[in-house]
Order: sequence, then C-alpha cells, then structure tokens
Amino acid sequence: MSLMAIAFYLMAACTCVSGLLVVTARNPVHSVLFLILSFFSAAGLFVLLGAEFLAMLLIVVYVGAVAVLFLFVVMMLDVDFNKLRKGFATYLPLGGALAIVILLELIFVNIAVANKGAAAGNLPHYSAAKSNIRMIGEQLYTTYAYLFEMAGFVLLVAMIGAIVLTLRHRTYVKRQDIHAQVTRRRKDAVAVVPAKSGEGIQE
Amino acid sequence: MDLNLSLQLSIPELILGISAVLILVFGAFRGDKGMTSVSALCGVALIAAAFAAAFSAFGKGYNGSLVVDGVAVFAKVAIYIAGLFIIVLGQGYFDRLNNRRFEFPILILLATLGMSVMVSAGDLIALYVGLELQSLALYVLAAFRRDDARSSEAGLKYFVLGALSSGLLLYGASLIYGFSGSMNFVEIARYTVANPGVGLIFGLVFLISGLAFKVSAAPFHMWTPDVYEGAPTPVVAFAAGAPKFAAMVLLARVLQTGFEGSEHSWQQVILALSVLSFLVGGLGGLMQKDFKRLLAYSSIANMGYALLAIAAGQSGVAALLLFFVMYMIDTLGLFSAQMALKRNGEPVSRIDQLAGLAKLNMPLTIAITVLALSVLGMPPLSGFWSKYFVFGAAIQGGLWGFAAAGLVASVIAAFYYLRILKLMWFDAPPSDLDAAPAEAKWISYASAAFAFPGVAIFLWLAYDVAQRAAIGFGS
Repeated sequence: MSLMAIAFYLMAACTCVSGLLVVTARNPVHSVLFLILSFFSAAGLFVLLGAEFLAMLLIVVYVGAVAVLFLFVVMMLDVDFNKLRKGFATYLPLGGALAIVILLELIFVNIAVANKGAAAGNLPHYSAAKSNIRMIGEQLYTTYAYLFEMAGFVLLVAMIGAIVLTLRHRTYVKRQDIHAQVTRRRKDAVAVVPAKSGEGIQE
Repeated sequence: MDLNLSLQLSIPELILGISAVLILVFGAFRGDKGMTSVSALCGVALIAAAFAAAFSAFGKGYNGSLVVDGVAVFAKVAIYIAGLFIIVLGQGYFDRLNNRRFEFPILILLATLGMSVMVSAGDLIALYVGLELQSLALYVLAAFRRDDARSSEAGLKYFVLGALSSGLLLYGASLIYGFSGSMNFVEIARYTVANPGVGLIFGLVFLISGLAFKVSAAPFHMWTPDVYEGAPTPVVAFAAGAPKFAAMVLLARVLQTGFEGSEHSWQQVILALSVLSFLVGGLGGLMQKDFKRLLAYSSIANMGYALLAIAAGQSGVAALLLFFVMYMIDTLGLFSAQMALKRNGEPVSRIDQLAGLAKLNMPLTIAITVLALSVLGMPPLSGFWSKYFVFGAAIQGGLWGFAAAGLVASVIAAFYYLRILKLMWFDAPPSDLDAAPAEAKWISYASAAFAFPGVAIFLWLAYDVAQRAAIGFGS
C-alpha cells in the first residue's frame, strides 16, 4: 500500500466518521466541531488530488466562515436540542430505511459514474508548470465569465434579500443629523421677543 | 469564443443587469420615498430590454451557455412585459399599504434577469444559475410583507421547498455531467444517443423532478396553495406566470436539446406529471374556499396542459409559447381583479365574499366572468385557444388518450369557476365594497378585453411568429 493510499483511507474514514458524529453528538457545539473536522479531512482529500487551491478555499470558506457562523448561531440561539430530538426513536425505522435506500442509491450511482461515465479511467491531470489558482482563474474569467457574473447577481439578490427582510429603520431613535446641525442659522433658533413686565411670553 | 458576438447576443441581459445595479444605487440614496421613481426606472429598463430582445440576432454565445433562438426571444419579450405589469401592480399595492420599499421593483428586475438566463440556457450551469437567481428573488418577494405572518410563512415554505428542489436538480445535473462528461446540452445529446443507459435516465429523472417543483406540477405541487395564499398578491400574480413560463421553456430545451433522440426515456415521465397535474388541479380546486388557493389549483392544472405540450415534442413548442402568453394574461387579470376587491379595507379573499358582486361592481364582475370563462376554456375566449393548440399538438404527437384525459379534467375544473359565476351573479351581496384601485381595475379590464376580442388580433399577429420561433428548436 502506497503512502497515498494510506493517506486517502485515513482521511476518507475520518470524513465519514466525523460526518456521522455531526448528527449523533449530544452537544450541538460538539456537532459543529465535528463538522469542522470533516471539512478538514475533505480538504486533505483535495490536496491528495492535487487541488491545493480548492483545499485552502474549503478551509477558508467553510471552516473560517460557515462553520464559525454555525457555532455562533448554536451558542446564541436558545434551542433545546433534546426537545428537537424527542421523536428520534419513533421515526427511526422509517427514517433509517429511507437513509439506507438513499445511501445504496448513492453508492450504486457513484460506482456507475466511476466505471461507465465519460471520465471513467481518466485520472485528473495537473501540471506543476501552471498553478491551481492560475488554471481556475483562466477558466473562470474567460470560458465561464458569463456564468461567473450571473453567480454574482445571485449573491447580490441574497444580499438585497437579507437587508429587505431584516433591516428595520427605527423611527423612535433620535439620531444626529450633522447637516441639519451645521446648516442651522441663528434666526431659526433664537428670537427676540419684547416682554412686558409681570406677564409671561406667549409663543 | 468571440466575445463581441457574445456580448451582442446578451444585450437584453446586460441592460437588465447593469440597470438593476445602477437603480439599486439610486434607490439606496433616495430611500423608500423614491419607490415611485425607482419603479419608473425599472419599467424603462424592462421596456428597453424587451426591445433589445425583440430585435436581437440569433446565435450562441459564451461557449454555448447562452442560446438565443426564436423561442428564447419570444419568451423573453413576454416575460419582460409581464414584469412591467407586476411593477405597476406592486407600486399601487405597496402605496396603499403605506409600505413603500424601493427594493420591490429591483427584485422584480433581477428575477426577470434570472428568467431570461433560464430561457436561453445552453448548458447545465446556466440552467442552475438562472433558476437560482429567479427563485431567490421570488423567495424574498414572497416574504416581502415581513410583518405579516402569512407572508413570512409563504416565504419560508417557498424557500425551504425550493432549496430541496434545487438539491434534487443539482444531484440530477451532476449525474448527467458525470455520465456524459459535458455540461453543454448539445454535447450531452451526442453522448446520450451514442451511449444510452440507466444512469443517465436516473440523472434526468432528478433533473425533471427539480424543475417540476419550480413549475408546481403534481406531485411536486404542495407548496403552491400556501405560497399563493400568503404572499402579497402582485408577487403571486408574477410567480403564477412568468417564472413558470421560463421554467417550462427551460424544461423543453433540456429535454429536446439535451436529450434529443432519446424521447422514449423522458416522454413517459412528462406525461405522468402532466396527467397527475391536471387531475390534482381539477379535483383539489373543488374543495377550496380561498380565491387565491383556488387559482393555485387552477395553475397546477394548467401546468399539466403545458407539460402535455412538451411531451408532444417538437410540434408542441409553438403551442407551449402561445399557451403561456394567454395563460399569463388570464392569471394577471384574475389576480388584479382580486386586488381590486376590498371590503372595509380588508382584501376579499374567500370565494363566498364574492357573492352578489354583480350588484356592487358591474364592470369588475364582467371582467372576472370573462376571465374565469376563459381559464375554464369557453370557446371564443383566449383560454379555449390555448387549450386548443395544446390538445392539437398532443393529438399530432399521437397522444390521443392524454388529450382526452385533459379534456375530462378541464370539465371538472369548469365546475369551480361556474360556482364563482353563480355566486357573483345570482346571490345577494352582504355589504358594500370599497372603491377599486385604478391600476388593478384597469389591468383586469385590459386582460378581460384581451381574453375576448383581443385574442383574435393576438393570434393573427403571434400565431405565425410562434410557429416560426419554434422551427429549429431542439437542434
């Protein structure tokens, strides 16, 4: 067994086991930590394929941003996970059967793709002459420029949506309006009113 | 790739995308007070894009990701015009709610951009990106009245089920890519004809399921009534027409370009979806008490007819185009009629609240009557012609039995429209209605006028255009 194979099986097993632990761990914080572990091992698999840029991207985006966000959500929201898990035993037979069907389906179909697909038998080829980033960049900004821009619009819609659905302008909060303060003149604020003695001033 | 040519082919998309970004900046400075001017600008952008699309050259751009052909152009023009009407309806709707938000027209603009990517998608990534752009904008629009529990519920349901369907679609797309080794529909077709296999059909079924979710074909229809009931009415009027048109054109393109020459492997799936849809739509509508839920079931049934046109193959493409234009105008009219009806400031939502409308508001009653008769397929009206073309194409494609089943289902569906007519004309009104808002009223009159006699002019003008557009589709 070559070193590559040992590394592959080690990391693949690590990905699968930590994936299982994500759903079975009792403490939700542990779940998120196992999720991070599975992302790390998946990144290791990318390195084995020679796709080191994707590996780094996986760690930066998924571990650095997504998983940490999950961690915040889990810690900040007051969700009773034991309550959520209440029906676990009752739904286990049906859910388990469905899960097994989907698992078998995935295994069969993936084996079929690997054996009979158009890319069967072709190992990914990468050269040391061009770096990963360069190859991805060349494809992304030329061949797939149109789709890249459209993906940008998808993200723009997501951003607008998040703002539309959550941002509230509070009208009852007093805010500083610097323009109004600076442009305020003396005559707007101060008036000289002749006052008779013994009487108050009326507005 | 010739970038110049590609840019020329994508002028409508460029207009929509660039103007959406610019108008967004303008809106951000003007704030919600500027919703009227933002709406006007978005409308101008849509008109400009429609003109650019109508006069655009045909061809393929960006390495086959963008296909501009007759069908794409026809669909784009129809979708942009539909977007324009929705912006007008939405402006009035949010004005009256005193809930002006400038993002509404911009999101409509971005949704039409997504649909336009969908109708001219030439590969699997463009399919997915366009679909996602369109649906993401619609999820936000469905939840647009965020202080309204119904609207938030609609948005959430739409989002969760839409995400599930996107997952199915992506799984199918990745299988198709894995087997055929290409994203491009033409390449996929070449591979499929040479190496047919169960694996590809597996991927195809997932892909069809994902798209069937988006067009709300049974058995993937369960989100439709809830979303239609809860979402703001202009958004529903939009979601019921244009996105489904785009998704149907996309489905036709995937099947007839990407799986050209293997019709036997998808035709049964589409026919099964079609028959289920018009049965579920016909029977489910009988039990409904809410007007918008009723229209949801009607739309499920109509998706069944559209799927029948797709199943008919090449001959059904022109029927699909004509069907959808007429269907979009009918639904637009019915939803704007619903917007025009208010009692004590509350929208008239239940069907029994329509009782005695003839004594309260004669013009609207006539409009609803014409539109309802049209949707149920009464002869001289537009709905009859849309079904006529679809059944004609189905018979031409040798699908006699399915066309007959469709006819039976439309007779069942006729019952619930007749119930509305009976309530409106012959029952006693409970109390007076509020004054109908102008734009909703006029759009529904205009739609009714289109249903008859406008349809004659439309068919005289568009029949040949649609026939010519459909030539060469799928190769």
